[in-house]
Amino acid sequence: MKDWRYWLAEQRGTLLALGIFIVMFVIYTSNHPAGFTANVVQTAANKGVLLAFVAMAQTLVVITSGIDLSVGMIFLLTNCLASWLVVGTPMQTTLGVIAVLVAGLLCGAINGAIVIYGRLQPIVATIATGAVYYGIGLLLRPFPGGSVNEDLADAMTGRLFDLVPASLVVLLAVVLLIWVPFSRSVLGRAAYAAGSSETAAYMSGVPIRRGKFAAYTLAGLLAAIGGLFLTFFTYTGEAAYASGNAYTLFSIAAVVLGGVSLFGGKGSAIGAIFGALAFRTIGDLLFVFDFDPLWQPLFQGVILLVAVSLGAFALFRVRNRLEWFL
Amino acid sequence: MDGAAPLFRMEGISKRYGGVRALEKAELTVSTGSIHAILGENGAGKSTLIKVMAGVVAPDEGRMMLDGREVTFASPGAANKAGIVCIFQELSLIPELSVADNIVISDPPKRFGMIDRKAQRRVAEDALARAGAADIHPLALVKDLPLSRRQMVEIAKALARKPRILILDEATSALTAADVAKIFGVLKRLRSEGLALLYISHRMNEIAELADHCTVFRNGRNVASYKAGSKSDNEVVELMIGREYSHIFPPKPAAAPASAAPRLQARKLSWADRLDNISLTVRAGEVVGLGGLDGQGQRELLLAFFGVLRGLSGEVLIDGKPVTITSPAAAREDGIGMALIPEDRKTEGLMLPMTVRENLSFAVLDRLSKGGIIDRAAEQRLIDDMVGLLAIKTAGLDIPVGALSGGNQQKVVIAKWLMRQPRIVLLNDPTRGIDVGTKQEIYQLMRKLADAGAAILFYSTDYDELIGCCDRVLVLYDGAVKRELVGAEITERALISSALNIHGEESPVGLGASV
Repeated sequence: MKDWRYWLAEQRGTLLALGIFIVMFVIYTSNHPAGFTANVVQTAANKGVLLAFVAMAQTLVVITSGIDLSVGMIFLLTNCLASWLVVGTPMQTTLGVIAVLVAGLLCGAINGAIVIYGRLQPIVATIATGAVYYGIGLLLRPFPGGSVNEDLADAMTGRLFDLVPASLVVLLAVVLLIWVPFSRSVLGRAAYAAGSSETAAYMSGVPIRRGKFAAYTLAGLLAAIGGLFLTFFTYTGEAAYASGNAYTLFSIAAVVLGGVSLFGGKGSAIGAIFGALAFRTIGDLLFVFDFDPLWQPLFQGVILLVAVSLGAFALFRVRNRLEWFL
Repeated sequence: MDGAAPLFRMEGISKRYGGVRALEKAELTVSTGSIHAILGENGAGKSTLIKVMAGVVAPDEGRMMLDGREVTFASPGAANKAGIVCIFQELSLIPELSVADNIVISDPPKRFGMIDRKAQRRVAEDALARAGAADIHPLALVKDLPLSRRQMVEIAKALARKPRILILDEATSALTAADVAKIFGVLKRLRSEGLALLYISHRMNEIAELADHCTVFRNGRNVASYKAGSKSDNEVVELMIGREYSHIFPPKPAAAPASAAPRLQARKLSWADRLDNISLTVRAGEVVGLGGLDGQGQRELLLAFFGVLRGLSGEVLIDGKPVTITSPAAAREDGIGMALIPEDRKTEGLMLPMTVRENLSFAVLDRLSKGGIIDRAAEQRLIDDMVGLLAIKTAGLDIPVGALSGGNQQKVVIAKWLMRQPRIVLLNDPTRGIDVGTKQEIYQLMRKLADAGAAILFYSTDYDELIGCCDRVLVLYDGAVKRELVGAEITERALISSALNIHGEESPVGLGASV
């Protein structure tokens, strides 16, 4: 049987991202003064999961051949919201977490409704809604502040059995409970089909609209999980505009590094997670090699450019020049 | 239920696209256990008919009955549920998904709310085997398969939906002979299982082998219905033509002397599997037509000349000298002087939101500017000339070109290229979707250009145009020139029979020859 070859071809992007991440992480830990210890892994994991959640959110939308420029702002808004609601008794805290997640779902659903039923281009629609979400976040937290249930926060950012970072466990749970069911459901397949060829999908009677709506809505949810974790790490809420924008742009970079095609229809959120972790490790690498932090943006840009160029090789094989513009 | 009652009936179906009537009170009856062939020229309404059946377009009037009950389909999905499955000419497969994903796409097997991959694999393998394509791996991505394999997947996909009525629209056009034989076996088996099959094909020999019943469409109406085998090929072709000529074409001059210098030549031009050893010559002052069914390589041939295709083999000669043209920008250079009027003016010809003036001067900016600065006065003079020459009706030069009527938009495309005074003009079905008045002006313009010494290569899907405008017509079939018709040989009968690649007898006093 050569089934495994087809599997390999399908997972190529994901495996490439995994490979890039492992290489970078090995270089990082082997040059770290403390080496490969639970502590070092925990710190790296806690830094990485934030972008990983936001990149997963971006993946869902990119698969439908859209783009979500509001993910970073949903991330901020839910952070501000959590700094008000995720406090108090365990009961109150639980309700607060649910409220924050529902808020994220709602933001995603609004994006989806505007793009699908309002027929606006995703890029324009999400710039606008992103500004709105940021505005609400700013009203909630004009100045950094608030608090969070510290027991929950410490549990989520600590280690399980003093070994495995809890944030990684949550990331895995989210993959298993949200991404895997979605990618294997009819709606998920509809999202892929719509991204790959919307006409063909329509002709085949695929539920395109519901698939895309599910993708946008779940993207909101994933960004909200990211927002919760931001609150767990910082104990506060802050409507930091620059940080929201950075997360949006980095999520796109992570998605591309993770082998997800910006043309839609191809890629996996798991690839995007490794893309995000790899992207975060670039910064850490500079740290262990004692580079001036000023070099970080330039270095990240170069790495990204190299990774993206790998995907452009296919263009050399095009025989009809009109296909360059498709 | 009465066993003799028809399975499906369409009554008085009409459909209009803008001002064009695609279907006019069309009728069709389909019964179980038979293969029903639909015949007709390009644009006779066959495609619209099946799109209505398959729920892709809604008819303006008329009704459809399934099992004696009236039905309407809001979407292709609704038609599928009712048991009507169509294999479209334009493939409906999703390139980034696997073969198995595609086969079960409209109704995947589920387990605990998720798609059951094992069951999906079984369904796909079963469907592929039923379509006689067990060699295709269910996990392969559709985009990695060649066209003929994709077509087999398309057929397997249709079978997996357990249709009651299966529509095949030119489903064999991309297949190899071995696949066609397999598919015919499958279709005959389906017929014996009691399915109703609608078969649309331009290949007369296929229809003769498969069909039980035939219906001929012309100008959006069903004009004849007969038992297969009761009419000869020539009778069928006459049924498909049967149209009045409209005298809107300018008179043709005496044939260009064979000694006139060739302006554009191709020698053994081949590209991928779309162009096959094409050799041709167009002389200055000549209008040469490209005929044949839609999609036999005509468009690719024009693109090949215009420098769009890579990996071309063979030779292109301009004025007898071999040239290599690597981009449209190179094709319009002075030594070559080529212009291409594209078929899809909205994407390839015009920038719709920009003004008429800007669109017109794009092609000549290099001649009008010195050191990057555009000479406005010269631009204005040239534009005025062109607007006058082509009688472009516009409220002003500074309105968006998208606001003009289709005919006037096409005139802008033509004017844009005429401003460079091209020596070779390639036209890719330039009159599609244009009103008769504008068509007439375009025909006259074409002749005027030829008289002024240009060489013109003109692809049209409208046989009348080829007959009315061209000095010679090359008929393409499967990427190769099958026949050359000169002067009085260019008749509708000759065009259709060579387009269908019928090797029948050629009667000298045909329908067209008497015109």
